[in-house]
Amino acid sequence: MSPGGESEWEAVIGLEVHAQLLTRSKMFCSCRADYLGRPPNSNTCPVCLGLPGALPVINEEGIRLTLRTALALNCEIPEFTKFDRKNYFYPDLPKGYQISQYDLPLSRHGWLEFEIDGRQVRGGITRVHLEEDTGTLHHAGEIQNSAFSLVDLNRAGVPLMEIVGEPDLRSPAEARAYLTALRQLLLYIGVNDGNMEEGSLRCDANISLRPAGTETLGVKVEIKNMNSFRSVLRALEYELVRQREVLDSGGRLSQETRGWSELEQRTVSQRSKEEAQEYRYFPEPDLPPLLISRAQVEEVRAGLPELPAARRLRFQSQYGLAEDQARLLTGRPADSEYFETVVALGVTPLLAANWQLGDLQGLCNAANLTIEKCRVSPKDLGELLQMVQSQEVNGKVAKEVLASAFESGLSPAEMIRTQGLGQVSDLAQITLMVDRALVEKAQAAADYQAGNDRALDSLVGAVMAMCKGRANAEIVGRLLRERLPRSGD
Amino acid sequence: MTLLAASISELSRQLRRHEFSAVELTQEALDRTHDLDPELGAFLRVTPDLALAAAAAADRRLRDDPTGASVLCGIPVAYKDVVCTQGVETTAGSQILRGFIPPYSATVVNRLSALGVVPLGKLNCDEFAMGSSNENSAYQLTRNPWDPTRVAGGSSGGSAVAVAARLACATLGSDTGGSIRLPASFSGVVGVKPTYGRVSRYGLVAFASSLDQIGPLGKTVEDAALVLTAIAGQDQRDSTSVQAPVEGFLQELRGGVRGLRLGIPREYLEVGIDPGVRAVFDRSVSALAGLGAEIREVSLPTTEFALAAYYVIAPAEASSNLARMDGVRFGPGSPAATTLRGAYEDSRHQGFGAEVRRRVTLGTYALSSGYYDAYYLRAQKVRTLVAQDFDRAFAEVDAIISPTAPTAAFPLGERTADPIAMYATDVLTIPANLAGISGISVPAGFADGLPVGLQVLGPYLGESTCLRVAQSLESELNVWDRLPPLAGAAG
Repeated sequence: MSPGGESEWEAVIGLEVHAQLLTRSKMFCSCRADYLGRPPNSNTCPVCLGLPGALPVINEEGIRLTLRTALALNCEIPEFTKFDRKNYFYPDLPKGYQISQYDLPLSRHGWLEFEIDGRQVRGGITRVHLEEDTGTLHHAGEIQNSAFSLVDLNRAGVPLMEIVGEPDLRSPAEARAYLTALRQLLLYIGVNDGNMEEGSLRCDANISLRPAGTETLGVKVEIKNMNSFRSVLRALEYELVRQREVLDSGGRLSQETRGWSELEQRTVSQRSKEEAQEYRYFPEPDLPPLLISRAQVEEVRAGLPELPAARRLRFQSQYGLAEDQARLLTGRPADSEYFETVVALGVTPLLAANWQLGDLQGLCNAANLTIEKCRVSPKDLGELLQMVQSQEVNGKVAKEVLASAFESGLSPAEMIRTQGLGQVSDLAQITLMVDRALVEKAQAAADYQAGNDRALDSLVGAVMAMCKGRANAEIVGRLLRERLPRSGD
Repeated sequence: MTLLAASISELSRQLRRHEFSAVELTQEALDRTHDLDPELGAFLRVTPDLALAAAAAADRRLRDDPTGASVLCGIPVAYKDVVCTQGVETTAGSQILRGFIPPYSATVVNRLSALGVVPLGKLNCDEFAMGSSNENSAYQLTRNPWDPTRVAGGSSGGSAVAVAARLACATLGSDTGGSIRLPASFSGVVGVKPTYGRVSRYGLVAFASSLDQIGPLGKTVEDAALVLTAIAGQDQRDSTSVQAPVEGFLQELRGGVRGLRLGIPREYLEVGIDPGVRAVFDRSVSALAGLGAEIREVSLPTTEFALAAYYVIAPAEASSNLARMDGVRFGPGSPAATTLRGAYEDSRHQGFGAEVRRRVTLGTYALSSGYYDAYYLRAQKVRTLVAQDFDRAFAEVDAIISPTAPTAAFPLGERTADPIAMYATDVLTIPANLAGISGISVPAGFADGLPVGLQVLGPYLGESTCLRVAQSLESELNVWDRLPPLAGAAG
């Protein structure tokens, strides 16, 4: 029965992504959705504390952002949707049930297009629905050994969108590419901040193996506790090998939930199918069903921004950028916005792209900053590049000024003006320096005339040294060649 | 004669004329409660300081702006203990909420407070409003003021008894399957179960969310209508509350029944009505006919399934609503437990009484996968049929009349060992909750010295009609000021 070679197994992977919505208030009360960094249980009210008698009220913005996501994922939006109660006991769940959606979610049947190894792949989206986040528990050390657990309900009730993907992914790398594209999309449409480490974006995975070429589905294992893109990749790779080994040795897999241990770099069984929770879903009687009008859907659709793939193509056609440049500049909306602001100041697109992706991104990477958080504003870079374009400053100086501005936050253009760093293009001034260099570097001059091209660099260097690099290098070169005619020139 | 024997509008006139102060009226209510309630057991908690402070504030308002003050200003009321009151312990009659002091008040409490109402305290009830006799309170027994060997009715027993014994001018109860109308009938007072959504449930400790409604109990139909007018209306904090006019409650109150078509559901008379109750009902029908009402027979064919559907839906919702009582914040907790599950089980087993555990178990079962379709879903279908029955009936008649319950107040302990018999007490009241329509129980006479209520059911948002029919009967019978023996010498 068991196919012999390990290459004959095919992975079947589907991701379930939870994304906290960037609403101002929680999903069912008016407490702030931005709960991080606040004293425990201070961001609460009777509703999100689940006090007896309190009732939920729907946050319309949460509905809107979910619709926005669903439409960006090409989902169908039914006209009738409702909330349900998902009942289970856990200390981080103050009401003993989570308000979620069961059989009639806000949207279903969509897809996400993503790229891997130059191929465009379409991953199906089963549904996008809305629910409320739980509180958080704090243990003294590890949960197994802790004498107590403390409950913080600051997060309880934060709007949480669940994006259930079809089992369309065939490798851990595909899963990562899907997740990357999904995160990029959520950032683009402004519904989520994409922070997996802080848990505003979370990912669970279902993975099974089947004989390659067949359509049957194998025994599914759900993996939880993956807190980064890297751990998603690692956990799936680990699980792939584990399942393959079990199957190759003739063993059987059991349907279960496994947790990814970052410390041990392996998955650990948490719960078998037999222990699966019974959630006793039923319609939430405290909230009337929602009717989503077609006008509302169209309004949300009309408000969708340009999505990543479309923007990349536009960057290539409108700005004449290479594909990889366009891809890098459209990775995050903040990168695109930065670029387009610089270009709007009159900088040629290619120059703007080269500087943003090269020098500025390098500085940002070294400082572990995203570009919108660094001290060089698009206006700063734009003004600097305008001076480069008009040859008011030469490239070398401009790079130094940029690095300095990155540290100080001062305006690069202002620095060039006040510190006299502007490029010297005055012919008389340069002529004087060239003549002095010819005297001081007579040997180099002779070498050049004898046919050694590199000797000219030494002469240019001497001129630059006299003016701290500000001379227009083109003029210096031209003047030197005029003064040192070579036979044959 | 105690001041509290007068109607609210009469008391309000006297307060405005400064014949006595709200503090004096409140003090009398507190004194009566002090004297009479040890035997009656209506109050779980009396809040004299809060009451006297509110009364003093009401007196200032009545002095400064006698014409602008509400008719309820300075009127002493009390709340069923399922209604959250900021700073005042709210237990829902359960051990598991012992010590719960809500940091917020229910919308109904805020609305009444804003009008200058005087809150006397919290009233006994069946645990989490689950019961028909008040015998499921974890704290105390509430006795019927007409016969202390009999039940007060439930679950708003304390609310009915406090009004019947004139300890409060009006009270609030909650009605999930008859919990206002039934004790109103048993204690001889008026009780209104408003249309679902008419009154905000924000701050009502939930039993069954799709059935619960807060409503008033009063000595007279007008008293109940006054309080209902004050508490009704849409609330942004309750998404199931509705916007609808309330002016008709008082304006149409004395419109009479001439020309009104009143339907008697054939099926309601086939549930084993006690002969004494039937005699009172027949006399009420004659009285209403004599006042010009057109009496018709109607059919509500799904009636026989309503009770069963209710006892699936209500426990199902309750099993979820009561899940928050998990020992983490509510309940005794369980230091001895070695597992999380054990801690939940210990705490809930100790904290909940037998009837609550029974219903949570029933509801949990009904919602479980494999049983959901057979129980919960089917019960919801029955619910739809029940509502359709009423729709058809209200196409033919303006209101429906019936006894409120098959019997008058029964002896304490009679049904505690037989849950099915206890559940059947609500057979005539439950359908209105399933359909979400309006209803009222109004005193209609006595059977063997025990009060018997007439139930008037109106269509969705049809409170005005219910109140009008009830008012006609009350005016005709004129028995509302007959006081029960346990209302004391002062009565």
